[in-house]
Amino acid sequence: MAQTVLHKAATRGYADHGWLKSYHTFSFAGYYNPERINFGALRVLNDDSVDGGRGFGEHPHDNMEIISIPLEGDLEHRDSMNNIATIKNGDIQVMSAGTGIYHSEYNKDTYNKVKFLQIWVFPNKRNVEPRYDQLSLQPGDRHNTLQQILSPNQEDAGVWIHQDAWFNIGDFDKGVSANYKLHKAGQGVYVFVLKGDIKVNDQLLNTRDGFGIWDTDQLNITAETDAEFLLMEVPMEF
Amino acid sequence: MVICRHPEILATIVRLINNNPEWSATGCETDQSAIDAFKAINHDVVLIGSGVNTESETQLRKVFINLNPLVKIVQHYGGGSGLLSAEIYSALNSL
Repeated sequence: MAQTVLHKAATRGYADHGWLKSYHTFSFAGYYNPERINFGALRVLNDDSVDGGRGFGEHPHDNMEIISIPLEGDLEHRDSMNNIATIKNGDIQVMSAGTGIYHSEYNKDTYNKVKFLQIWVFPNKRNVEPRYDQLSLQPGDRHNTLQQILSPNQEDAGVWIHQDAWFNIGDFDKGVSANYKLHKAGQGVYVFVLKGDIKVNDQLLNTRDGFGIWDTDQLNITAETDAEFLLMEVPMEF
Repeated sequence: MVICRHPEILATIVRLINNNPEWSATGCETDQSAIDAFKAINHDVVLIGSGVNTESETQLRKVFINLNPLVKIVQHYGGGSGLLSAEIYSALNSL
């Protein structure tokens, strides 16, 4: 029997730092809810909006797989491995923080906000060598189908991380359905709706709702309206 | 107490913890300095940070639990402000 957890958008934690507004699906920084720490290896799902000309100054990370997915605007990234890059809507960026990395993120557009998802996944191995990667995705490849954007395998589609995780994005027209089969036993899927309404099995989800499902080997997704959504399959024990 | 081999990250974590007036952190880069500090001051929570290998962690856990069976020892993830508070609150709540 599948188990589920529903996180309606309005129940997320919220932080307003002026230049940064962030919704936290799970406990993060000043938002602490012992009922919302993680979904398996998925530890952070932040829905961030950064004002024009502002950004995150240099700060450290370690032992975490950090994935950024821009939704609107461009974000400049600099890190202690001498990477300087701009990630745009349609890109995906990954950092394995491992033994330690410093980085900054900046919205160079003076007037327009940048909106992006910041996702942290617990690694399956501590103290790995830090690494950075980014990839430009083809948005057309997710139209009415699931586009894999992340996996544990270097040779597979999308970026890769140090964890048995698979991420897919879908951009479905109203009425389109898909079946998703989990890769391994002991995994769960966290569904996050970027826009529109979808049903996961019988559960209706609206924009920015989150829904976790585990103890199952597959799930069905149906777009109730034109909709975009993210599927994050992660181990429930790690 | 925070044990972390990366000096800059260690300093950042200690500073972030000490920003909370109800908490006080000791930062240690080496196993021996951590053991010495733990003997000098009782700590409620120990965060195992980056660079501490399994062998060191096992040994440190053994020493700390022997000195204080109630101490909470948790692996720290993230290296910054994001998860720090939740890790500490969760540990303190389980005391």
